[in-house]
Amino acid sequence: MTKYILRRIFLLIPTLIGMSLLIFMMVRLLPGDIVDALVGLDPTITPQAKAELRHSFGLDDPIPVQYVRWVVEIFQGNLGQSFRTRQAITSTLVQALPITLELAFLAMIFSVIVAIPLGVLSALRRNSQIDFWARVSGMLGLAFPNFWLATMFLLITSLVFHWVPPVIWISPRVDLFGNLQQMFLPALALSVQLMAVEMRMTRASVLEILRQDYIRTARAKGLQEMDVLFRHALKNAFIPVITVIGIQLGGLMGGSVIIEQIFGLPGVGWFLLQGIYNRDYPVVQVTALFLATVFILMNLIVDLTYAYLDPRIHYA
Amino acid sequence: MSESHLSVPDTLGDFTIREQPSLWRRLSILPRQQPIGTFGAVIILIVILVALFAPVIAPYEPTSQASKRLLDPSAIHLIGTDELGRDVFSRIIYGSRISLYVGLIAVSLALLLGVTTGVLAGYIGGSFDNIVMRAVDIMFAFPGLVLAIVIAGMLGPSITNAMIAIGIIYAPTFARVSRGSVLAVMGEPYIEAARLIGGRDMHIIFRHVFPNVLAPLIVLTSLNMSTAILTEAALSFLGLGTQPPDPSWGTMLSSGRKFMEIAPWMAIFPGLAIVIAVLGFNFLGDGLRDVLDPRLKE
Repeated sequence: MTKYILRRIFLLIPTLIGMSLLIFMMVRLLPGDIVDALVGLDPTITPQAKAELRHSFGLDDPIPVQYVRWVVEIFQGNLGQSFRTRQAITSTLVQALPITLELAFLAMIFSVIVAIPLGVLSALRRNSQIDFWARVSGMLGLAFPNFWLATMFLLITSLVFHWVPPVIWISPRVDLFGNLQQMFLPALALSVQLMAVEMRMTRASVLEILRQDYIRTARAKGLQEMDVLFRHALKNAFIPVITVIGIQLGGLMGGSVIIEQIFGLPGVGWFLLQGIYNRDYPVVQVTALFLATVFILMNLIVDLTYAYLDPRIHYA
Repeated sequence: MSESHLSVPDTLGDFTIREQPSLWRRLSILPRQQPIGTFGAVIILIVILVALFAPVIAPYEPTSQASKRLLDPSAIHLIGTDELGRDVFSRIIYGSRISLYVGLIAVSLALLLGVTTGVLAGYIGGSFDNIVMRAVDIMFAFPGLVLAIVIAGMLGPSITNAMIAIGIIYAPTFARVSRGSVLAVMGEPYIEAARLIGGRDMHIIFRHVFPNVLAPLIVLTSLNMSTAILTEAALSFLGLGTQPPDPSWGTMLSSGRKFMEIAPWMAIFPGLAIVIAVLGFNFLGDGLRDVLDPRLKE
């Protein structure tokens, strides 16, 4: 197991290098001069001042030099500074990360709480009313854009309950209840798509498992249906569900960008969008790399859980 | 898919060679076997007709002021008017054009990029295959929407750049699927036979390899159309896609959000339009998958 974990971590290195190269090149090869965009059409700026500005950002170095410097600085814990605000990105990211992680975590919890029981029930009562409605909502859940759902949630709470979530972010350490109240709607909006995917997968997987011989054996030896389900069927049925959750995490990262924007939560996604609206290249490249890294690390955790749960997977 | 070059006897020893039913034959049994898939096809057909006949259906011009601002829904303005006095119903009708157009161009771009690299990687193999597929893996390591936001944002917000961004993020899926299908048929005796009689690479790819990749690609295209429409709406919602005054459902939803409490219809109906189009392609894709490619079934 240890060997397997080490090998998986080792394999992350080429992926991370490839990703950082991709993001770096994408930001460099795009049209327009950063400095021109920054100073705008201000005629008082002399070409000399522009050159100095370019030099201060290190933009007059060859591109490979810039890349190596960027990577070295990341390893030193320096993520660079924003072109606009001149603030260190590291400190902003440290503040933003817990918000995004909390959002993703809550969305995951919500989706699992709803989707897994519903999927199991739907499979057990196949072709029943419950099954029919569960499948219909599964289809609808995939089609609803999360930003529309978020808007509808806000509309409903403000029209029916005359309540809107606070605009300024509340830290859970200051006021846990207030924080959860604020995070509830965004996490719910983010979780719907995940819910639909997990529900469909759970249903399919349970149906598949219930057809297996060992389930028939378990029933034949006289086990109660509940025992068959909980001791034999579900454990195996959840393995593919976990894989699907891992794949969906990417959607969660992308979705959080929009949801954070709608609810004004200053998370990593919100920060990325600010960087994009301001054409603030250092912010964009670091936050994009960061979100992608979080995504592959979460995926690694899912893969390891999967290997742990499924004894058929060899760690060699 | 009979092989025209070699006359193959109908039986080889004990094995009977049965021709697979053709693609069209398999498609023609769709309505009976797949009511949901057919329902999806009907939805899409309606959306396409709405897009084609938008000027006939829509009572007003999508970008011109028709009445006072933020009017309630009425017989004159079915879904009311927006903050600039434009008829929301007409804008939603015209919005179908943008969604379909962006979806179609973006998915075609993804197909072109993805299938070309995937088929070549599978066919050529070796280190070329290795390098291409590692690059594809790296693309997969990115959360799709994040990548689309970065590409569209950095290229500059416009409908063309949104299409490029969506096309790029979906290309790796097509590359992976087509490479897999190519590898699956490369070992088949009829490929070897085609080589033996002196077939050129290009000929073999187009005549013998490509038809086998087609079924999974059709399924994937339909499913990706739905996610492409969602992604366009998301990018436009963030201001990184279709620009005003063009009536994209995503842009309409985003401006409707500001007037949510006084004119909720501005936000509700563009979202429903997105849901309908997305459902159509999802239903169709699921149905097609069951008919054309049972292996892809989850």
